[in-house]
Amino acid sequence: MPVSEQPPPAEPQSATGRVAPASRRGDRGEPPPSRCRRRPRLPRFTAPPPGARVAIVGVLVVVAAVCYLLLFIRGSFQFAFDRRLTTLGTMVVVAFAHAIATVVFQTVTSNRILTPSIMGFDSLYVMMQTAMVFVFGGSALARTDGLPKLVVQTVLMVLFAVLLYRWLFAGRFANLHLLLLVGVVLGLAFESLSSFLQRLLSPTDYDMLSVRLFGRMSNSDGSYLPLAFAVCLVVGAVVWHRRHRLDTLLLGRDTSVGLGVDHKRELTVLLVLVAVLVAFATALAGPMTFFGFLVATLAYQLTGTHEHRHVLPMAFLLGLFTLVAGQFLMQHVFYAAGFLTVIIEFVGGIVFLVLLLRKGTL
Amino acid sequence: MIQFSDLHKAYQGDTVLGPVTGAIEKGGITSIVGPNGAGKSTLLTMMGRLLDPTGGRVTIEGRDVFTTKSREMAQQLSILRQENQFTARLRVRELVAFGRFPHSQGRLTEDDHRHVGEALEFLSLTQLADRYLDQLSGGQRQRAYVAMVLAQDTDYVLLDEPLNNLDMKHSVLMMRQLRRAADELGRTIVLIIHDINFAAAHSDRIMALRDGEIVTTGTIPEIMRDEVLTDVFDTPVSVLEVDGRPVAVYYS
Ligand SMILES: Nc1ncnc2c1ncn2[C@@H]1O[C@H](COP(=O)(O)OP(=O)(O)OP(=O)(O)O)[C@@H](O)[C@H]1O
Ligand SMILES: [Mg+2]
Repeated sequence: MPVSEQPPPAEPQSATGRVAPASRRGDRGEPPPSRCRRRPRLPRFTAPPPGARVAIVGVLVVVAAVCYLLLFIRGSFQFAFDRRLTTLGTMVVVAFAHAIATVVFQTVTSNRILTPSIMGFDSLYVMMQTAMVFVFGGSALARTDGLPKLVVQTVLMVLFAVLLYRWLFAGRFANLHLLLLVGVVLGLAFESLSSFLQRLLSPTDYDMLSVRLFGRMSNSDGSYLPLAFAVCLVVGAVVWHRRHRLDTLLLGRDTSVGLGVDHKRELTVLLVLVAVLVAFATALAGPMTFFGFLVATLAYQLTGTHEHRHVLPMAFLLGLFTLVAGQFLMQHVFYAAGFLTVIIEFVGGIVFLVLLLRKGTL
Repeated sequence: MIQFSDLHKAYQGDTVLGPVTGAIEKGGITSIVGPNGAGKSTLLTMMGRLLDPTGGRVTIEGRDVFTTKSREMAQQLSILRQENQFTARLRVRELVAFGRFPHSQGRLTEDDHRHVGEALEFLSLTQLADRYLDQLSGGQRQRAYVAMVLAQDTDYVLLDEPLNNLDMKHSVLMMRQLRRAADELGRTIVLIIHDINFAAAHSDRIMALRDGEIVTTGTIPEIMRDEVLTDVFDTPVSVLEVDGRPVAVYYS
């Protein structure tokens, strides 16, 4: 699917930033290869190159983070600072996981609409939480909070994803669209099961549960953060190592195979990494269906290149900026800190629908 | 040499190709011709390891294309498919630079940039190098795809309908350039082509397919004969001699 959602070209040079050296017959007096074609409708200013754009967003993130950490502190500085630092850490993990997972997922599946949550991830999380409350009662949620539960949830969700991929890729129909379809159907199945179980819950249990079913940044405890950072670092390193291979995956399966990429292997490895990231972020901060979609879509628009070495950092920084600035505004301007994720989901959902309706296809 | 034996492709039990056995000699240009749906693209994409066969095997200079490491294969064999769609919006130069991936793994060296520049020039794309692909005409885009494959700088080049969308001038230019690549650089070029006269004028050998079978393979004089062409295309064809070249006429 050819996607042309990026802004019109504004920088005159190729995104590699270099002009090829004069070729053999360059002495025939031809104009230099770039610069010779400026379309008249373009504005006269030159948009900053991708690297500079990433840096600008990086600066914005730092400003937002400093504001968030240091401004409007009432009472004990130490207490407030520590709490905010923990929240900031959570936001870093969530932004990283959702942004990287979504961009990678969209690249390997050659689409810019679907996101990992369509694979049934969010629904699986909801079902696990619901089943837990159903079996052990609402108080079990709080009693079992902690590192072991986090790890178990993550492992379960990755296992689910890997089994799904294995099963589908081993079968006769090794076909991505089928994989996605199965993801949707399974997601629906998990959802129906969850809502069935939820009907059977007592009102108090249901109340305790529903708090868990929306993304939350602020009321998470900090003990898991070192592990979360470690996971992000490792996954990030593996993805970064593959950034050029990811670029070739944008050309589709056949062209990337032609260029020597072991497509099947890349697909499996990258999908497992996506599963790890999303599972971890969901278990940490609750499901966020459209957040990844929102930041990935913005990143494609704002980076000005297809190259993952720019798009990936851009998506992460945009996600972090959205969370930090959003949290700051919600907390101190609108006094509704808990609503940040609701609003992000709302906006993301609307953007998703608009894009989907405009394109009409995957 | 590309060799394939008992190569066979079926979709849900319906055989669309083969089993076919044959070879494409090293050096020169081999054209694959045949009616729509004959299995030309199927054969070419299996030779280029993009499509898994239902049965049989393909080797290039003795190495199995499906089991050799993909990266090594990509330094020996490049392939252009009939249809190309990309997820991202790319400029011509960026696309052509992708052709260097098997050699540089994405970190372009001076040498890579030189190859990219040459490939762009080879297909008269230098002026268009910084345009986005969706800002090109169909023929210009087709040339950009071919430039990418040529930038890959492989001994074997497989092209599925490279003349698609090209006007007369650029078709001739493209064939001349492929000819040069074959003669001067020793490339082995296999292409699918619909105009039998073009195939006859510019290639060394022709392989004719019909209904999933290889009807015949041979040199130009062997193929450019009334009964052979009439049989392959299932249309009355007569071959005339114009300026010392065989020309097939089939408008009657
Ligand atoms: N994915 C598929 N599923 C089922 N049948 C297919 C598939 N791909 C190709 N075919 C069938 O295989 C046959 C050969 O197709 P192929 O693309 O090789 O034809 P071709 O010789 O390249 O034709 P053309 O000149 O139109 O490009 C056709 O009858 C086609 O319908
Ligand atoms: Mg074809």
